[in-house]
Amino acid sequence: MTDVQTALVRAFRDEWGQVVATLIRLTGDWDLAEECAQDAFTQAVGAWARDGVPRRPGAWLTTTARNRALDRLRRDAVGAAKLREVAAMPEPEHFEDDSGVPDDRLRLMFTCCHPALSMDAQVALTLRTLAGLTPAEIARALLVAGPALRKRLVRAKQKIRHAGIPYRVPPAHLLPERTPAVLAVLYLLFNEGYSATAGADLLRRELSAEAIRLARVLHELMPDEPEATGLLALLLLQDSRRDSRVDERGDLVLLADQDRDRWDHAQIAEGVALLEGALRRGAPGPYQVQAAIAACHGKAARAADTDWPQIAALYGKLAAMTRSPVVELNRAVAVGMAEGPAEGLRLLSDVDLPGYHLVPATRAEFLRRLGRRAEAAAEYREALRLVTTDAERRFLTRRLAEVG
Amino acid sequence: MQYMLLICGGPEAAEHAEDGCGGWSEEMAERGVLRGGAGLRPPHEATTVRVRSDEVLLSDGPFAETREQVGGFCLIECADLDEAVEIASKHPAATYGSIEVRPIWQP
Repeated sequence: MTDVQTALVRAFRDEWGQVVATLIRLTGDWDLAEECAQDAFTQAVGAWARDGVPRRPGAWLTTTARNRALDRLRRDAVGAAKLREVAAMPEPEHFEDDSGVPDDRLRLMFTCCHPALSMDAQVALTLRTLAGLTPAEIARALLVAGPALRKRLVRAKQKIRHAGIPYRVPPAHLLPERTPAVLAVLYLLFNEGYSATAGADLLRRELSAEAIRLARVLHELMPDEPEATGLLALLLLQDSRRDSRVDERGDLVLLADQDRDRWDHAQIAEGVALLEGALRRGAPGPYQVQAAIAACHGKAARAADTDWPQIAALYGKLAAMTRSPVVELNRAVAVGMAEGPAEGLRLLSDVDLPGYHLVPATRAEFLRRLGRRAEAAAEYREALRLVTTDAERRFLTRRLAEVG
Repeated sequence: MQYMLLICGGPEAAEHAEDGCGGWSEEMAERGVLRGGAGLRPPHEATTVRVRSDEVLLSDGPFAETREQVGGFCLIECADLDEAVEIASKHPAATYGSIEVRPIWQP
């Protein structure tokens, strides 16, 4: 990558949320804010290549986005009053803040997660507005269809406008009601970085790192909230395997085949210690249970040492808490490992996740282990029809060749 | 912004019928946010109007299937939803029933 590209990637990661947030605060219009921020980044591509990367990229982007908003409002007579406000905007100032949240981006996330919006809408808006994820990425993260997600975002923005939901940093005593949405945002942000392929680039890896950093800040801010601690533990434990999850060709390496020496054992130890601290509070939630599952994997020195019965039991607990079909799918996998592929296959028949490639892929895996090769091949073909990432496509193609 | 507060009583609404508003009206009048409002006769004294195919259909009572029924309303004018929620949350009915905050349609 050139220096300008690197600077842009970094600016997108560091400044996108702040630029959009500033524009929302100035104009009160979420769509306008997003479009102007996008324009500013587009302009930066040419301008920075020509004039060099500015000393303060964030200020450059904010000013450019603001000028763009001024242009747009000038053309639009309805915006006359807003125009005066925006034109009078001083240098990018800081938010009034009595939240006690010691991090700009986390503060913005709490601001975005207004409880008058549905939890789904809070999460989707925050991922879009502050993390700069595309609607397609958010749809994938939330397991909804793209058009449905777009409709959800439009409705949320309409409600913000029509109901007069302010964009304002909440005071400290109002943080707890917004915490579940912020936890969900950090979790999905991490996953977006984690499930993208290694070849996809730097930016994705950095999403995970950023999610961990923010989870750490949140844990320190709310040491009495076991789910915040559980989330941090979960992210650390998942991330500890980052270097062994893909091989040098960028292909996926299954958990069982990973080189466990390359796991980050210091990070595993930290995650396990955090989890134990959280569990002692006696209020287990979905993040703590997921961390416990990740800890079972992290503690197994060899794949064969994995405590599958314990993992299957934990997935049972998680399924009862979340009623999520994805969790049911994972439970089927764990039960398949603990009690054999026939039992896994039986549980899989109840999993209702139409269009999700991992369902036929998992079924294929069980059938393969049962020696039912023709049926396995059919399921691998179905999974290949649905899969979206190249690394997974290569993996499924290899498997299909083995049973074909 | 203008909001309509729809004051909905819960199952125990009748017990609170004579409670008054515990100083809420006075405070809000002083803050200058009240634009109007009134209490309503109970749901069983309501009549619902529908027009279908040019026919006026009247029926007895509201059709709402929830146990919480609108018992009164206030029209308020304030800065944003956060202030509207703050005002609504101070109303005594919020402690036993619920209050639906609806922005007024603006062209």
